[in-house]
Amino acid sequence: MNLEVKLAGVTFKNPVTTASGTFGSGAEYEEFVDLSALGAVTTKGVANVPWEGNPTPRIAETYGGMLNAVGLQNPGIELFCERDIPHLKEKNASIIVNVCGRTVEDYVEVVERLSDEPVDLLEINVSCPNVKAGGIAFGQNPDALYEITKAIKAKAKQPIVMKLSPNVTDITEMAKAAEAGGSDALSLINTITGMKIDIHRRKFILANQTGGMSGPAIKPVAVRMIYQVHKACSLPIIGMGGVMTGEDAIELMMAGATMVAVGTANFHNPRATVEVLDGIKAYMERYHIEDINEIIGCM
Amino acid sequence: MVKERAVIVSQKCIGTDIYDMVLSFPRGAKEAKPGQFIAMYCEDGTKLLPRPISICGIDAEKGTLRVVYRIAGEGTRLFSEMKEGDSLEVLGPLGNGFTMKEEKAIIVGGGIGIPPMLELDKQLSCEKTVVLGYRDELFLKDEFESYADVVVATEDGSCGTKGTVIDAIKEAGVDGKVIYACGPMPMLKALAEYAEAHDMEAQISLEERMACGIGACLGCICKTKKKDHHTNVNNQRICKDGPVFDAKEVVFS
Repeated sequence: MNLEVKLAGVTFKNPVTTASGTFGSGAEYEEFVDLSALGAVTTKGVANVPWEGNPTPRIAETYGGMLNAVGLQNPGIELFCERDIPHLKEKNASIIVNVCGRTVEDYVEVVERLSDEPVDLLEINVSCPNVKAGGIAFGQNPDALYEITKAIKAKAKQPIVMKLSPNVTDITEMAKAAEAGGSDALSLINTITGMKIDIHRRKFILANQTGGMSGPAIKPVAVRMIYQVHKACSLPIIGMGGVMTGEDAIELMMAGATMVAVGTANFHNPRATVEVLDGIKAYMERYHIEDINEIIGCM
Repeated sequence: MVKERAVIVSQKCIGTDIYDMVLSFPRGAKEAKPGQFIAMYCEDGTKLLPRPISICGIDAEKGTLRVVYRIAGEGTRLFSEMKEGDSLEVLGPLGNGFTMKEEKAIIVGGGIGIPPMLELDKQLSCEKTVVLGYRDELFLKDEFESYADVVVATEDGSCGTKGTVIDAIKEAGVDGKVIYACGPMPMLKALAEYAEAHDMEAQISLEERMACGIGACLGCICKTKKKDHHTNVNNQRICKDGPVFDAKEVVFS
């Protein structure tokens, strides 16, 4: 059985990775998961300098999912390069680094700092709904997305993967803008902006008022958008949005994803990533699929 | 830290919306310390996040952990409806727990912050006094009395001092070198100030809405004076670096 996939010229031993922000830098899950067993570890968004993130409460549970407004708290690229990358390499993990910023210059600074690091892909977060400057501001306007993609691509040593926001009218327009800007692949979907009110206290549950919704409740949105983007442009896709099981991962792959990221499921079950991988293998056995690549974008 | 299915050995209601559950969780019970917590998962697939619940009692020999919790929403309501013999996924023990000192102790619990103080009361071998703050209805008080003298404060004055735990400490002339506390934020803040004014150490146990319970999601941070080793900003993770903090390190909002 072949589980190996190739994305943006990089070969991964299997299609399962982690959704940025749900898996720390991998070390947090080591007691539960052999990091080298995953296709790759996608690390939590990292900026040029440390970010404190948003006030608490940052988390709210919703029906079949959750809202978060962490606000990209991160240690900054220096500590990340000194501590987290060597640790992941020691564990023999493939690495996808999620990069965030407030300005184009911030992103470029991080990407340049990573140029000599043993990183497989750079996932560019232009779709976080929880930060005021940067983030989603780049991901909701095709011209801005084109410009930032081009600026990052010009400096990046590793292939870049623009991570798209679902909070747009037409996701294919954004996908095409990223493709035109030179992106090597696409990640989708980031979280869907939501809100929850405590009706007993007449207060917003999240200090930030709004948060990004994730979890199995949003999976149909992810499947639809992956399918649309796969049909509309030729870039390979890392799909994410509500994957809890191997069957969910297969569904996203059939819609057009070459790799699949497990996110919120990690909070429900710290072993979710490896269990998703086992589920993919079980599906392949059941349907006598020799090569996982056969099902990618088969719809 | 382990995640496995735990079987409910017993469960009873001990107050309005307050439940006392004993779980068979041998590997967790072997490691657990006073002040740690467990993450309990709902069987209902629409509720994905674990509920962080403090450990009230540890019996390593029997392999059980006891939790006393209040119904705070749908998840805890579902737990309260479970019966002896039912099982659920449990992750733990989590967090750092209290650092037990051999110095005269004041053990303070407020409201649903009372349960985690019971195992500490049991294990702390030095001279100690327990101060419990209730709204009105008492629970677990008798059990604390089997290990130490107990002073009570109630909001309505129906038992002990009318007022806060600070009022009770002053009225009863309770003194000590180390305060250990869990309860609502205003109580913890008042105790932090009291400890500072009286040159005492205060270990306070905090809570916050959390997702992972293992230090990955950065949902449950508290503002601290020192930079944290994880993110290099002034935020410690309550689930991993806490829930117990030296009160001097915490920045109260």
